[in-house]
Amino acid sequence: MTTVTNLTTGARIDATRAENRAALVGYLPLGFPDLDTSVAAARAMVEAGVDVVELGLPYTDPVLDGPVIQHAAEHALAGGVRTRDVFGAVERIAQTGAAVAVMSYYNPILRYGVERFARDLAAAGGAGLITPDLVPDEGSEWMTAADVHGLDRIFLVAPSSTPERLEMTAAASRGFVYAASVMGVTGTRTSVGDAAERLVADTRAAGAERVCVGLGVSTPEQAAEIATYADGVIVGSALVRALGTQGDLDALRRTAAALAQGVRGGRR
Amino acid sequence: MSTSSSTPPATPAPPTTPLADVAGPYFGVFGGRWVPEALIAALDELTEVWQKAQLDPEFVTELQRLQREYVGRPSPLSEAPRFAERIGGVRVFLKREDLNHTGSHKINNALGQALLVKRMGKTRVIAETGAGQHGVATATACAMLGLECIVYMGEKDTERQALNVARMRLLGATVVPVTIGSRTLKDAVNEALRDWVANVETTHYLLGTAAGPHPFPQMVRDFQRVIGEEAREQLLERTGRLPSAIAACVGGGSNAIGIFNAFLDEESVALYGFEAGGHGSAEGEHAARFAGGSIGVLQGAKSYVLHDEDGQILPTDSISAGLDYASVGPEHAWLYDIKRVTYQPVTDAQAMDAFRLLCLTEGIIPAIESAHALAGAIRVADRVKESYAAGGGDPDELPIILINLSGRGDKDVATAGRWFEVLDVDDAEAKEGRA
Repeated sequence: MTTVTNLTTGARIDATRAENRAALVGYLPLGFPDLDTSVAAARAMVEAGVDVVELGLPYTDPVLDGPVIQHAAEHALAGGVRTRDVFGAVERIAQTGAAVAVMSYYNPILRYGVERFARDLAAAGGAGLITPDLVPDEGSEWMTAADVHGLDRIFLVAPSSTPERLEMTAAASRGFVYAASVMGVTGTRTSVGDAAERLVADTRAAGAERVCVGLGVSTPEQAAEIATYADGVIVGSALVRALGTQGDLDALRRTAAALAQGVRGGRR
Repeated sequence: MSTSSSTPPATPAPPTTPLADVAGPYFGVFGGRWVPEALIAALDELTEVWQKAQLDPEFVTELQRLQREYVGRPSPLSEAPRFAERIGGVRVFLKREDLNHTGSHKINNALGQALLVKRMGKTRVIAETGAGQHGVATATACAMLGLECIVYMGEKDTERQALNVARMRLLGATVVPVTIGSRTLKDAVNEALRDWVANVETTHYLLGTAAGPHPFPQMVRDFQRVIGEEAREQLLERTGRLPSAIAACVGGGSNAIGIFNAFLDEESVALYGFEAGGHGSAEGEHAARFAGGSIGVLQGAKSYVLHDEDGQILPTDSISAGLDYASVGPEHAWLYDIKRVTYQPVTDAQAMDAFRLLCLTEGIIPAIESAHALAGAIRVADRVKESYAAGGGDPDELPIILINLSGRGDKDVATAGRWFEVLDVDDAEAKEGRA
């Protein structure tokens, strides 16, 4: 292994900003449809134009995920994927030059050991952690570990968040703030709505440096629209569906490339 | 009893606080709100509305009226002399939550929360259910108050508790079978949480047990503490004494915390919680969180959890759908840590033996959940007798075991019928079997 350089999500998003565009954040679950294919898929997605990889650690009880990602997680777990597999995968994906953040529900992190997870993730070249069921109120152990190891802490905000909570969450986050476009779980939706634009503006006003929008974003048109007001566009289920249980890398590349065109079309 | 050793520095319970009054969000290191940010506003709103309601005489009076006129409270306290005789050397009293309207203690909480839903101006209620008792109680409260009701239920549970599915549908509720994961209670909670995130503006999640994110563990406990308050008064009136021990089954733990609460600060009263030992001690064969789990976070709270070394939640198994759950309410986790309550697993076979014994000795068919408490009481009776004698109990009297009979067994007749092979048996054969 060569020297690890942790590319942070903030640095990667700032680089896209210099290109006068929003970043494309692509989600795929580790171990779907199998471990090697999931790594190859993430790399292929980067080659097709994804700037930040959100690598999901499969979990038995993903309460913020819709059916597509639930089934992918179930498939990955049935295939025997383990928490420890995430570090090697992050390392191989980070070699592409993308920033790699891990998305995980909190129990697997707690069980692995919060400090130990942060240490191993940093050593693998990971950027940080996206925590869908951890609010900063409960996050002191993780926030300390992230500080020690220089990792991004990506918390979520929602249309229901109060101004006080937006401020608190923006202050607790590093890298970017993940703005949930709608009230709901992951999955494709026909429209994202204007709640997302308002939430991005409010989150910026609350002090966030960078705000990316996710949940329900699946088409290049949606990506282009969101790219006009957000720092990044997060796509998950549409990419997972393209990859499928057969591991169709070509279909994944096509979907990722179209979305990359989308964020480039949404010039600000 | 000192509480200081296991209380985290961030939220110390003052040493003067009685155990019965300990408030959320944290019970020692347990509890909290391990949920998506999207739900925080709704949890805050619920906390505020509930706290105001508790101080509002109108709310308190209305809830008490419904408990009296609709539920049939106070529920009776029945002595079970023939059951006690089989144990020997103890008196047994049953707190008859099975005689409540809808057949279990679940109605106490369902009504309380449904009244809060009206106060919040929400129109749609969702709930999870395992055995179906909470689903039925919620469907009942919603029908009575004119609220839309959707109940999520694991597909495995809809099959083994088909009678309760029919009851919910008759009461106008929509029952949604959950087909992902282990298809039991945990998966029903996941689906309810997903629905709630998407519809939180119009919808209240009427959680059925003393688990989940704050304020649920404390709020559900407070709606259930009437069980212990009544039992205490009834027992004192009848015998002039406190029980030597209390036994309750523990799934999420609402019936147990409901009967324990009034006795938490009585050091002379031993408290026992019985969880599902299933059909073995290997992973996936039971739901014994204390015997087989460790600290984790699941479905909103930090507590004891059955998970593998990667933190993946393990499947559980129990003949009782209501105890078939991978975590436990955070207040129980704390009471376990401070050693105020003893928790033990009871196997399917032990529970069914006690189920049968209560049927034959007292003419009461208990819920299989409650049968775990009966079996546990039989098991700990010797220890209860010993400490009664050692503690200077009146030798002319017998020690008292109070058991929370949290529900009735109508819903379990098919399961029990198969277990004891009493279905499709003609009477002649049955008589022969008894001879």
